[in-house]
Amino acid sequence: MDLSLRTKRLSRNRNLGDSIFYVITLFFALLILVLVVVMFYEMYRSSTLTREKFGFGFFLHSVWDPVLDEYGALPFIYGTVVSTALAVILAVPLSLGIAIFLSEVAPGWLEQPLSFFVELLAAIPSIVYGLWGFFVMVPWLRTSFQPWLSEHWNFLPFFEGPPYGIGMLAAGFILAIMILPIIASISRDVLRAVPRTQYEAALALGATRWQATRIALSYGRSGILGAIILGIGRALGETMAVTMVIGNRPTISISLFEPGYTMASVLANEFTEATSEMYISALIEIALVLFVITLIINSIARLLLWSMTRNSKDVRL
Amino acid sequence: MSMIRYYLRRYFSSFMFILCAFSVVIALIPLFLIFYHTVSLGISAVNVDFFTKLPKPVGESGGGLANAIIGTLILVGIGSCISLPIGIFAGIFLSEYGNNFVGQIVRFLTDVLSGIPSIVAGVVAYTLIVIPMKHFSAYAGGVALGILMIPTVTRTTEEMLKLVPTSLREAALALGISRWKMTLRIVLRTALPGVVTGILLSIARAAGETAPLLFTALNNRFWHTSLNQPIASLTVFIYNYGVSPFEEWVQQAWGGALVLIVMILLVNIGMRTITLNRMKGNQ
Amino acid sequence: MIAEEYVPQIKIDSELISMKKDISVHESKIIASDVSAWFGNVQAIKNISMEIPEHSVVAIIGPSGCGKSTFLRTINRMHETIPKARVSGKILLDGKDVYEMDAVLVRRRIGMVFQKPNPFPTMSVFDNVAAGLRMNGVHSKKNIEEIVEQSLRQAALWNEVKDSLSKSGMSLSGGQQQRLCIARALAVNPEVLLMDEPASALDPISTAKIEELIYELKKNYTIVIVTHNMQQAARVSDFTAFLYMGELIEYDATRTIFTNPNKKETEEYITGRFG
Repeated sequence: MDLSLRTKRLSRNRNLGDSIFYVITLFFALLILVLVVVMFYEMYRSSTLTREKFGFGFFLHSVWDPVLDEYGALPFIYGTVVSTALAVILAVPLSLGIAIFLSEVAPGWLEQPLSFFVELLAAIPSIVYGLWGFFVMVPWLRTSFQPWLSEHWNFLPFFEGPPYGIGMLAAGFILAIMILPIIASISRDVLRAVPRTQYEAALALGATRWQATRIALSYGRSGILGAIILGIGRALGETMAVTMVIGNRPTISISLFEPGYTMASVLANEFTEATSEMYISALIEIALVLFVITLIINSIARLLLWSMTRNSKDVRL
Repeated sequence: MSMIRYYLRRYFSSFMFILCAFSVVIALIPLFLIFYHTVSLGISAVNVDFFTKLPKPVGESGGGLANAIIGTLILVGIGSCISLPIGIFAGIFLSEYGNNFVGQIVRFLTDVLSGIPSIVAGVVAYTLIVIPMKHFSAYAGGVALGILMIPTVTRTTEEMLKLVPTSLREAALALGISRWKMTLRIVLRTALPGVVTGILLSIARAAGETAPLLFTALNNRFWHTSLNQPIASLTVFIYNYGVSPFEEWVQQAWGGALVLIVMILLVNIGMRTITLNRMKGNQ
Repeated sequence: MIAEEYVPQIKIDSELISMKKDISVHESKIIASDVSAWFGNVQAIKNISMEIPEHSVVAIIGPSGCGKSTFLRTINRMHETIPKARVSGKILLDGKDVYEMDAVLVRRRIGMVFQKPNPFPTMSVFDNVAAGLRMNGVHSKKNIEEIVEQSLRQAALWNEVKDSLSKSGMSLSGGQQQRLCIARALAVNPEVLLMDEPASALDPISTAKIEELIYELKKNYTIVIVTHNMQQAARVSDFTAFLYMGELIEYDATRTIFTNPNKKETEEYITGRFG
């Protein structure tokens, strides 16, 4: 309803208060739109220097040398992608298992506290994950897990090199723990929203409970995919926990034992040290890329989730 | 169809569900480990001094993180000043006037905004405030946190308002109350407990953020003298102390982590009890 | 099952016997014996006993909430999949109590068609019909193709979909979807088909098609159909059971129930006095 029409109607009712109220709420709602635009514009504007100097090469070069004002973001892109991919590989099967258990198997008295615990995992601040990762998980990796991997699996190029503990593997692990609750709780809600008659139709054909569950998973697959993509979005932007365990060295290596560097980490570490205009511009350009990527990924995820709730009006995912 | 294959299917079904139960166990292991370690490593650092004294220089023992705790409260306060008006009013818009194209766009963008990395909010606050002012400040940190809080406040306000039954709205209108009064005085008031819990949740999340503060509010080892200066925050202190080589400092970092976790736990449990009670009450 | 070993509780109309040439009505496919069912503490059906002869169509009628669907679901052990649900009594399938058999095996032999058509939305028409087969371990492509075609023919759907087997199951009309679900149930070759108000969500033309289908199907299957539509029961079934408030009031040949019922409640329901 356009504003002028509404105001006419209201002044017929002689109620100025209502139209003012409407305008105020509309203003603040549109402010959110404005915010997104402003964010994009500000970062775009402040990264002009490096954008003009390097163009697309910014993403393809792997030399990051602030002293010489040479900026190539490839190591960070590589680090972000690999750590996220590892996290997804680890987290998705576990999350689906949890979602299935919570929605299909667990009786009510067990499901409520378990769901609470899973959601609690999501509430832990990332710096606490970082501390725990650095002081507890990394030593365990260094002294137990990585040596075991070295011994039995080092024919694979992923597990070569000395076990520092710190590195890509640690980052993948900590990210997996952090995105697990997101994927699990949304998938659980998706499974709960599958109409019971689908499940029953499968059972009535003589399917086992597991086979019927697979039918339900298939029904909810766009929602589950949306959940996974939301998890990916979270992993891409995670900063503190990764910074503390990944080693912060801009190397590109296929071995997971090697340290790495992500886009978010380089921002955390080097922003305060950036002295030259070019340096800051490079960092802001990285932030811009991160912003745009997560915007796109989250949009895809939300669209997938919305497509699931389209038919069931009282389901909120 | 052979009986052997049939029994394989049955056992496979049970096996898969056992695997699912197993994955729950695996997922909960880090949760309990984190709590265990935070408590055991941090408890020794948490004493009265922790909440009342300033940090001591390197080498000297004792001291606390009082300025950091107050700093976090101030930063979250500034963030709330920004995000609460925007979030609540936008939430009201979405719930009462938002069933149209504009509403869908705003809703979609809000959801998408809630997924951006927190450090990006810090970068935006940097370009908006730190660069023009040419120094770091509490304002910049507050703005960064505010940006992060807006989506949560908006969505929870909308959801809670939507839960208020239409019959209540109609009853109010039938009494001759204008729409804006009805929305504020009746609908919002009814939904207030839920809205407040949503606000508390977003405050708790903002209090736990580190990345957006690293280059906006920076840090401060002393009390701040004005909001136009860098200010201490619990999270940044935890980070700085945690990566330092000093035993004392690391311990205090764990202490800070413990305080954070306890606060988060209290807010989450509190939220659960309030929403459960409301649901029971509505039945 | 030999007729002399027990006394059937149904009166067989001799005219009915002469009409059915190659069906042995004396054989009872299913015998329900004192079946009661609960949802938690609420009892839904009380002590229902009846015999369902092979190759016949038995209709279960009664007002809403009288327990018809609940009783139907105790037959193929679907009732117990609801949390806190309970069943007592016996359901004998060819003489063996289904509650002592393996539930999954029971459901292979007793199929079900639901009130609202529920094809699997992420599968094509072909895959929907084949779903039961694949889940039960049949993987030979040739076998599956044969059985799918045969089931779709039996469900009177083959001619309408034979050129669009790979289209999504949801692209069919409501009536077609329900026939798809019937084909899917038939594909696993059950002995009994339970139908829970199969036409109530459909338009009159689709309903007529389904009723025709039931008449054809009973040559090869035993059918139990729950319906709130009395005329449908009169058109389609050989025997009718009238349920009221969870109890079996009367069970007899359809003709008898609708023209000369024994119980007063039956008569009042038939004539529309209540319901």
